[in-house]
Amino acid sequence: MNLIAKPSKENIKTYVPIGLSLVSLSILDVFVNAFFNFNLMAFLPSALSYFLPLILGFTGFYLIRIEFSGARSLDILNKNINSNNFNALLTLFTIFIIIKSIPPMLDWFILDANFVGNSKDDCTGDGACWVFIKVWFNRFMYGLYPDAEQWRINTAFLILFAVVGASFFVSEKLKKYFILFLVFVFPFLGIKLISGGSFGLEYVESAAWGGLSLTFIISAFAILFCFPIGVILALGRRSSLPAIKYISIGFIELWRGVPLITVLFMSAVMFPMFLPDGTFIDKLIRVLIAITLFEAAYMAEVVRGGLQALPKGQYEAAKSLGMGYWRMNALIILPQALKLVIPGIANTLLALVKDTPLIFVVGLMELAGMIGLAKTNPKWLGMAMEGYVFAGLVFWVICYAMSRYSQNLEKKLSTER
Amino acid sequence: MSKIIELKNVNKWFDKFQVLKDIDLEVAPQEKIVICGPSGSGKSTLIRCINRLEEHQEGNIIVDGTELSESTKNIEKIRAEVGMVFQQFNLFPHLSILDNCSLAPIWVKKLPKKQAEEIAMNNLKRVQIDDQALKFPGQLSGGQQQRAAIARALCMEPKIMLFDEPTSALDPEMIKEVLDVMVDLAKGGMTMIVVTHEMGFAKEVADYMIFMDEGKIVERAKTKEFFENPKSDRTKLFLSQIL
Repeated sequence: MNLIAKPSKENIKTYVPIGLSLVSLSILDVFVNAFFNFNLMAFLPSALSYFLPLILGFTGFYLIRIEFSGARSLDILNKNINSNNFNALLTLFTIFIIIKSIPPMLDWFILDANFVGNSKDDCTGDGACWVFIKVWFNRFMYGLYPDAEQWRINTAFLILFAVVGASFFVSEKLKKYFILFLVFVFPFLGIKLISGGSFGLEYVESAAWGGLSLTFIISAFAILFCFPIGVILALGRRSSLPAIKYISIGFIELWRGVPLITVLFMSAVMFPMFLPDGTFIDKLIRVLIAITLFEAAYMAEVVRGGLQALPKGQYEAAKSLGMGYWRMNALIILPQALKLVIPGIANTLLALVKDTPLIFVVGLMELAGMIGLAKTNPKWLGMAMEGYVFAGLVFWVICYAMSRYSQNLEKKLSTER
Repeated sequence: MSKIIELKNVNKWFDKFQVLKDIDLEVAPQEKIVICGPSGSGKSTLIRCINRLEEHQEGNIIVDGTELSESTKNIEKIRAEVGMVFQQFNLFPHLSILDNCSLAPIWVKKLPKKQAEEIAMNNLKRVQIDDQALKFPGQLSGGQQQRAAIARALCMEPKIMLFDEPTSALDPEMIKEVLDVMVDLAKGGMTMIVVTHEMGFAKEVADYMIFMDEGKIVERAKTKEFFENPKSDRTKLFLSQIL
């Protein structure tokens, strides 16, 4: 056992160069193998050459594991990825898996993928057929909305983004009006613009709406409405008036206990049966109401968590200053409670956005639904992978943006400096 | 002199446990009353009943001519006239000190923002933390927070101030700065009811002392008499332990 001395400060000058070269060699071997399909260790028996990178890397990591070496970067390295044998193994595996998975990913996404063409026949490579996305892009964005009228959707979203963008640059006072416009005017203006039927705009029925724009429309409306309803339900559940309290509890537990897919199905199929003859509520509106109420129940419980986290003293202080129930909640309780539960709110809203594809059960096709439709087109069979990777990417971008925004908000509102 | 606070035969229970037993109390305008007693004796509950943070079940509580009862619709109006300072300060952590002070005047008394902030700054000056006005409560020391809480209550220009163990949560070296503010307030003619164990403060400002035990008022006497010649044995025992 004493053939090699334990790595320490005395032999740092010999061990660290040897150790680092061993680790580098092992990584190089895997790299060459992965990227150039060439086995550097081919002269060794196959079983050994398979494990050699692991053995080399492991030995190398052992040699450089010198406590309090005095070299700052070596200490940081050891502390974070090489604190013991198990840790060193994990590090090696992680590095190997990342290196190994890059070439096939690169091949599929870019190198062997096809970007040019108009039909499935143009996809000759082994990789992804992005032609599919390109050809169907318009449908993925707008659904079955008539091409000639798509400028209306564009205009609506352009106004939305312009107002939101501008609100970051204007004064506080002006910002208030921008927000009021966004919450109370724009939703109805936007819907009118997209649905048409007046002001000389051609009527486009909601069944034709679809794609990413529908994802946005449903998400935006559901978020807009589920938030205040959730807050009111949360307050209601904590009310001292039994009637309000039990109605709130009943509502929340009913909606939370039912799967969204059932709720959607009921809203589309069962609900119209209960309506008197001749009355008709647009399917999209029914679905919107269903999603809104469903998410509101979740929102209510998130908000209630924040309400319960506040010390009783905050209520008492507000009351002792002569504030009534609504003022106390609006000025003192909710600002604090909502701030506390921003992560939970973000969670619920992200889930909401990602739940929208479920509306396919009632025949509405947002982004994922349109992709599902396109991939069953006889001319484009076998494109599920491309389609869903694209959908995943788009949803990820949307959700990541929301997540970042919520983190920013949390930081901005923090007063515990 | 007419009374600004009257309690007649007040009884209160928490479930089956009786916390207040036959409380009778009268306070004239500008009087300062200090309530002391062992913990659990109902002192805090008593003053919390006066602005109805707790509800009493029997008897009458009349504050500034309005009787507090189940059907009191304008309880907010009474509370606006009765300032309260808590043991745990209970400042609003999401608002600056200035906003803490001006919020209620703006939203409850409907004062214009500018005027409310003027009042707030005056009161913050009075408790000597006007230089901290734009900070948040979390950035202040305990003593500063409690002074801010006093200023916040004063901004409503109350007729009565209730203090619920205002110095009990403070480090010893901060107690004095809060008591100084309270003494100053007392000398300004405010009607005050103070629950505290600070007997030095009591001797300096109190007109009357009240000693409570097990939900009852055991002794009510002029301050000098209370300390020099307490009547009940329970009071004597308490004073011997605390002084």
